[in-house]
Amino acid sequence: MALKTDDLRVYYQTLKGDVKALDGASFTLEDGEIMGLAGESGCGKSTLAKSLILLKPPMKYVEGRVRLDGEELPIWDDEKMNSFRYKNVSIIPQYAMNAMNPTRKIGKMVKELLKSRGISPGEKRDELEHRLDLVDLTRDVLSMYPIELSGGMKQRMVMVISSLLDPSLLMADEITSALDVSTQKAVSEMLVEFRDKDFIKSLIFITHDISILYQIADSITVMYAGKLVERAPTEEITGRPLHPYTKLLISSLPKIGAKYTEEKLEGIPGKPPELLEPPEGCRFKNRCPKKEEECDEEPPFREVSPGHKVACWKVKKDVS
Amino acid sequence: MKRYFSRKVFIYILTFFLAVTIDWLVPRFMPGNPVQNMLSRASIQSDAAEVMRGYYTKAFGLDVPLWQQYLNFWQAIFHGDLGVSVYMFPEKVTNVIFRAVPYDLALLVPSVLLSWIAGNKFGAFAARSRWLDNTILPITYLLRATPYMWLAILMAWSLGIVWGIFPISGAYSFSMQPSFSFAFLVSFLRHWFLPFASLFIVQFGGWAIGMRNMIIYELEEDYSHYLESLGAPRSLVRKYAFRNAMLPQITGLALRLGQVVAGALATEIVFSYPGIGYLLLQAINNQDYFLIQGCFLFIVIGVLLANFIIDVVYVIVDPRTRQGMEGT
Repeated sequence: MALKTDDLRVYYQTLKGDVKALDGASFTLEDGEIMGLAGESGCGKSTLAKSLILLKPPMKYVEGRVRLDGEELPIWDDEKMNSFRYKNVSIIPQYAMNAMNPTRKIGKMVKELLKSRGISPGEKRDELEHRLDLVDLTRDVLSMYPIELSGGMKQRMVMVISSLLDPSLLMADEITSALDVSTQKAVSEMLVEFRDKDFIKSLIFITHDISILYQIADSITVMYAGKLVERAPTEEITGRPLHPYTKLLISSLPKIGAKYTEEKLEGIPGKPPELLEPPEGCRFKNRCPKKEEECDEEPPFREVSPGHKVACWKVKKDVS
Repeated sequence: MKRYFSRKVFIYILTFFLAVTIDWLVPRFMPGNPVQNMLSRASIQSDAAEVMRGYYTKAFGLDVPLWQQYLNFWQAIFHGDLGVSVYMFPEKVTNVIFRAVPYDLALLVPSVLLSWIAGNKFGAFAARSRWLDNTILPITYLLRATPYMWLAILMAWSLGIVWGIFPISGAYSFSMQPSFSFAFLVSFLRHWFLPFASLFIVQFGGWAIGMRNMIIYELEEDYSHYLESLGAPRSLVRKYAFRNAMLPQITGLALRLGQVVAGALATEIVFSYPGIGYLLLQAINNQDYFLIQGCFLFIVIGVLLANFIIDVVYVIVDPRTRQGMEGT
């Protein structure tokens, strides 16, 4: 198993108090698995990704453990964490379009970055060029400045840079959000290829767009208000979602062939809770159609069938 | 590239034309009359005064209609002739200005350059040291906010009068003639120190504050976070941030250097330092049209030249400007 997190809590420090953006995440990621992480804005997806690589104020580590390939990741210790960054864990950030220094030629930047990590750039030269071919970039981009590339090209360049040292875990944070639909597909498929070619062992693909995950992910994890609510293999979760939130989320996707001229596409009424002082118990209860008294107590994140975990009191009853 | 520069050059020529026109207009809008001034200073009897007024008005070319004066003015400029000073009659304006310029350069070039280098280094350093950020930086804010005139007077008073370490007036001792002797050099440096130091302190603070803020801004930029995420050491992240934070500072330096020929008006007045700033004040007080025009012409040329140089330097150091250039 590549990654195992155990009850990970990371809060944001603000003047009003702690914002509980990631409140107890436990999951495991197998070698070679592509995990889709879905949820609406502000549910803690990016916080999870960031806390696994660069946990900086105002983020605050509260508790939890992370193991990667059997080794403990010291995510709370910026200095110790540094030797894992890039080599073991890497990220394609949300801001990939602006991730490169605007006043350095891309090739030079990569060279300086590698050198600063104690890796000889000459050794990686062939690999770098090979990967540029894979993502359909010409080698000329190395002698260009970021501004000379289009948004999609920058995105692919950052993909190549981030995965260059063959990290065990790569996180792609909302990388398709700024792209048009056809480019989205191409970029996602390149990441799958990276996995197939063993450049990366496993991938966490963060998005708020479940339809992309359906195409590339092996498993999908759904987050809501700082908590994991459901995790299952892709086929299972799209075919048989159990958590009321996941159900509503999937039913709100447009379906192929359906016409929405007469009936409107359903949304989920209400808003996610304030994470400064989240409600007791299930955090979805105020928007949940199945809410009952027991929901005031926090539901455990349990396995209800093999590989399918849900955090909802109602599910157990449905199954049994 | 060619198109970009030819367009730039056109804009600079247009700006020069407008600036010089204003330069010609403004002194002529001042109430009073330079010849009248000159005569009253000489306190000549009325009859003789009439004759002399006619003579001087003609000599300065003020007897023809304004539009004619304006055309004559442009014509003279292209012959390198800036006219004759009224105040220091009959000396040529160009001679008067060229005599003052070396003092400006000696005072301003070192103060601008040294304060720029030291201020940027210090600012970048302060951005990563909480201790410096909380001690020295507030002092530089205070110095920046202090009216410069008052600061200079305070320095002249304390170091020059109370402790008597430095002389406070002139560019060299009144008992000396400029020469390349050791004694003259010492005297020159002693007179130079206070005006230099006052300029240095104030500008140092400005650069330091600017650099500190820019560095902090750059360290929060996405490219800095990306480098950190990939485990790049602090030295590399800071190197990039420093390089990018320097860009606006380069503009600032070039603009400042362009104004060097303008002298430092307040400094030169406080310390009676005979540069262009001091000269300009004298010219304005005496309604010396030609000297005012001459001084301003120098300033205009200096600023335009400096701007042009920044445009070129920017194309070299910042790839983003190159992009815009090819686009148009």
